[in-house]
Amino acid sequence: MMKSKADEEDFWNSSKCKPFTFDDEDDEFSKLKESKQTVKNIRPLVDEDEDEDDVEKISWSGEPVGSISWSVRETAASSQRTEREPAFPKINTDTPAISRSLSGYSLSALFKGGTGKTKGANFQSFTDSQSDSSVRLYAPELRKPKSEYKDIVSDWSPEHTVQRMQQGKVVHLEKFRSLQDKLLLLDFAVSAHDGNVITAVLIYLKRTLSKEVLFRELESRQTALRHFIHYLTETRDQRLLLELLRALGRIEDVALLQYKEHLSIADENKRRDFLKSCLSLPFSPEDSAHVQDHYTLLERQIIIEATDRHAERGGKVEIFQKFPRRASILNMPLITTLYYCCFYHYHESEGTYSSPLNIRQTFRISDKQYFVTALAARAKLKAWSDVDALFTSRNWLGFTRKKSPLSFQRVVDILHRNSAPTQVLQEYVGLVDDSDLRISLAQKHKCHDIVINTYRDLKDRQLLLGYLSKVERGSAEAGKINQLLSNQQIRWRN
Amino acid sequence: MAHSARRDSPELPDFSMLKRLVKDQLIYLLEQLPGKKDLFIEADLMSPLDRIANVSILKQHEVDKLYKVEYKPVMSTSEQLCFLIRPRIQTVKWICDVVNADKTAGKCRRYKLIFTPQKFYACEAVLEEEGIFGDVSTDEWTFNLLPLDEDILSLELPEFFQDYFLAGDQRWVRTAGTALHLLHSLYGPFSKVYGIGRCSKMVYELWREQVEEGEQKAHQAEIGKVFLIDRDVDFVTPLCSQVVYEGLVDDIFRIKCGCVEFGPDVTSSDKSVKVMLNSQDKVFNEIRNEHFSNVFGFLSQKARNLQTAYDKRRGMDIKQIKAFVSEELKGLKQEHRQLSLHIGASESIMKKKTKQDFQELLKTEHSLLEGFEIRECISFIEEHMNRQVSMIESLRLLCLLSITENGLLPKDYRSLKAQYLQSYGVDHLFTFVSLRQLGLLVEQQPGDTLTVMESKVGKLVNDKTAGKLTDAFSSLAKKSNFRALSRKLSLVPKSDEEYDLRVPRDMAYIFSGAYIPLSCKLIEQVLERDSWTGLEEVTRLLNGHEFAAAGSSGADLSEKNDAQRIILVMFLGGCTFSEISALRFLGRERGYRFIVVTTAITNSSRLLEALLDNHV
Repeated sequence: MMKSKADEEDFWNSSKCKPFTFDDEDDEFSKLKESKQTVKNIRPLVDEDEDEDDVEKISWSGEPVGSISWSVRETAASSQRTEREPAFPKINTDTPAISRSLSGYSLSALFKGGTGKTKGANFQSFTDSQSDSSVRLYAPELRKPKSEYKDIVSDWSPEHTVQRMQQGKVVHLEKFRSLQDKLLLLDFAVSAHDGNVITAVLIYLKRTLSKEVLFRELESRQTALRHFIHYLTETRDQRLLLELLRALGRIEDVALLQYKEHLSIADENKRRDFLKSCLSLPFSPEDSAHVQDHYTLLERQIIIEATDRHAERGGKVEIFQKFPRRASILNMPLITTLYYCCFYHYHESEGTYSSPLNIRQTFRISDKQYFVTALAARAKLKAWSDVDALFTSRNWLGFTRKKSPLSFQRVVDILHRNSAPTQVLQEYVGLVDDSDLRISLAQKHKCHDIVINTYRDLKDRQLLLGYLSKVERGSAEAGKINQLLSNQQIRWRN
Repeated sequence: MAHSARRDSPELPDFSMLKRLVKDQLIYLLEQLPGKKDLFIEADLMSPLDRIANVSILKQHEVDKLYKVEYKPVMSTSEQLCFLIRPRIQTVKWICDVVNADKTAGKCRRYKLIFTPQKFYACEAVLEEEGIFGDVSTDEWTFNLLPLDEDILSLELPEFFQDYFLAGDQRWVRTAGTALHLLHSLYGPFSKVYGIGRCSKMVYELWREQVEEGEQKAHQAEIGKVFLIDRDVDFVTPLCSQVVYEGLVDDIFRIKCGCVEFGPDVTSSDKSVKVMLNSQDKVFNEIRNEHFSNVFGFLSQKARNLQTAYDKRRGMDIKQIKAFVSEELKGLKQEHRQLSLHIGASESIMKKKTKQDFQELLKTEHSLLEGFEIRECISFIEEHMNRQVSMIESLRLLCLLSITENGLLPKDYRSLKAQYLQSYGVDHLFTFVSLRQLGLLVEQQPGDTLTVMESKVGKLVNDKTAGKLTDAFSSLAKKSNFRALSRKLSLVPKSDEEYDLRVPRDMAYIFSGAYIPLSCKLIEQVLERDSWTGLEEVTRLLNGHEFAAAGSSGADLSEKNDAQRIILVMFLGGCTFSEISALRFLGRERGYRFIVVTTAITNSSRLLEALLDNHV
């Protein structure tokens, strides 16, 4: 049903207005169809409106009023032919210029008179005595007998209705019965930029239109659609929201929304089963893998938790006695689980569920992630030989050397945070390549040997002399420095 | 330390009237429910309410007991219940439960709901659905502007950000327009309004309509120009670590409604103190806009001066001492108290920052802003995540990376997202959805064909079509184009130049000389040109939606009029203390005074936490 380009131009020519300059809304070309129709529909309404309000009609004439979500833009100069000079110009908006004053009406006064202003006096009739000027009933009006408003309100335009709603005045939405009228109302609400009114109209449409029709119409009205989705989210109308997303073909959102329900399931076994049922949901391939991992992880945590709780209660496993578990491992992130396993199950064979190596394999954990986590866990336990082993690799000749996927600077930092003793730190500070960085780290962590040796290698007598003041007098380090300084064989640079 | 202020800096308008107005309205509303009543207050309204009224005022108007809204059954025995709430469906549903429970128990009470700043149809629909419409009375308390300081007004609506930018819900747009209208009618007429962003445009429009509906009383304008800006025009600035004193205090201790709670580590006693942070605090006023590196020096100088002042006592005779006690001592004591608090706060900041490798973090941020050594930055972020350091910090760095690089390479995106989920939990899948929706963390489109196509199309056809095309794309995920903007506006000063933070030469000082906040730079440029002319390329990169409109009547435009140098800047979606500091600096340099109106004070943590909450 897309209109061709030629049609569009026709439209613009006939509407005697300049094409828009910028775009405000989520326009698709399909909107054109809708706006055109709206324009057609609006003419008679406009005419009827004439005797009711003569300021407003002027702004109607030059503009395709119905092209609301389409955003007609005219510069203030060309479109504004209101009677009084406006204080500020309109900028490109979707709203037709409205500058009518409602002082002529006394409708709200009439209503008040009719219903009796009994504010505060009669408690039961609060509906009637809402509040002085801002009577904001829109739905209850449905219940009022027609005679009560028939004479007063003959034919409010959708635009006028929206305007009154913005001001919190009484309106009669039940007047908008045809689909066209309803949509017109919605489009005017959107063009007024007032989210409160947009949602109010949507609530009315939700009550009076079938889901299929409402969903279909919302699809081409992005602003209204987002308000509706937000409204359903806030009212927790999960079922309707899912139906809407399905109707819109947003299947990945449907999947995520369904998956999200797991957050409200407290029991871990039920949660696991629910996650299992989520595996078949149409996630994106990427998210699908994450959800699969989530399920696998929880399944495994349940097993580990049961076993470890048992072991802890039994009181026979030393590590649980020495370092009692502070919390259950259930629902913890993967890396936390890995840390836990590196802490309590480090040396288990790869076959068990709680073995760190098994976890690493199952969840495709990168070297760096594994390394950082294992390092932190073993350092926390002060298992320095495990720490040492983490770095050791053999080359093809069988020589061992220290390797790390992490900069040694970072390694030192992690060890330091886990209060590693100087001897341990020293070993890793020494492996930092950059000599400046090495010295500053060595100074920070008081690895005197490294500082002294580096200065010696640099043949920098002055720096070495300077460092003498930083070590304890009479200590082994001081002795070493003095020895070096008196060494005749070193060719000092300074 | 003190900047050489231009002597002719114009006077700020007095905003205390705003407080009086809302206070009077609240009293009026309370009187609408005569007799004793219990008052239930929405949790996040407590601090704003504190700034307006106090318990004794409430008691004077027959408020008996005060409760916080906690979504639990009420224990109150009062005959009348009054609820002071935000127009939220969840809160209204709770009230419905309360009323219906009373009905079932056969308890008869009067209920009044006071919505602030306004009520929403959706809330009334809940009342209707739950069958209690008519059993309760409703009212509105139009408390939409809270003066936090002499130059800061807040709508205190942090949810403006996620409601508008994330959910696309325009419920607060009118509220912002109304706030602007209030300022216009009290301190206007404005002579000119500039703006950028979709929301700004709508706010302008809703404000303009109200101006046309109402009448402007002719009086001398106190505010000349207005600048409206959407938060999504510049996400980079609020995501950067703050290093100006007030911003740092906010990042670390969280300033709430102009008030901060300093814990025992600051007060060096066993109790916490709540302190108002505003221009009334003389010590704070002098350091709030300073780069943190200057604060220590300033404080120690101040301490020495204080010592000298106290020392004057020595050698005084009785009469002199009497005069000293009555005239100076009180001031000195107050200064002493303030000084010791800010010294304590500075120490605590230093401790916390050194502990978390702040220096390295800043280095990474600066590299990202410069577009330098991106691989190193990525690996820094990876390690940050792998070590499970702060979840918010990791997210902040990821977002900065994405915005400055205009999206991540698909390979990097996948791997970083996976590592994030592994470190902080798979539930953050929803966080990533939100971030993508906001354009804060996105994948680059393959080959970034969009840009190429756009520019080609732009050359072939006229600008309007190109603009439309850009929009169609940007509605999917907003492009940031940060690098191009940064070059065009020279946001990142050359790194080889020394930057003396004690004598700032531009607004970059608020980020240690590494970056001029985009939001403030735009304001500077537009004010300088008095229009958007010459900034076409910049606005194109910002996805358009800029405007400038001049009022035609009532405003006195003469340059001599001081009001024309009073500029009101309205941030839709929040602004940071660093931005306010930058604007104060700009004001001093150019002889303006800025008044900041914001939907809420924000910072990187608040911005990102808003996205986490959304899905739980």
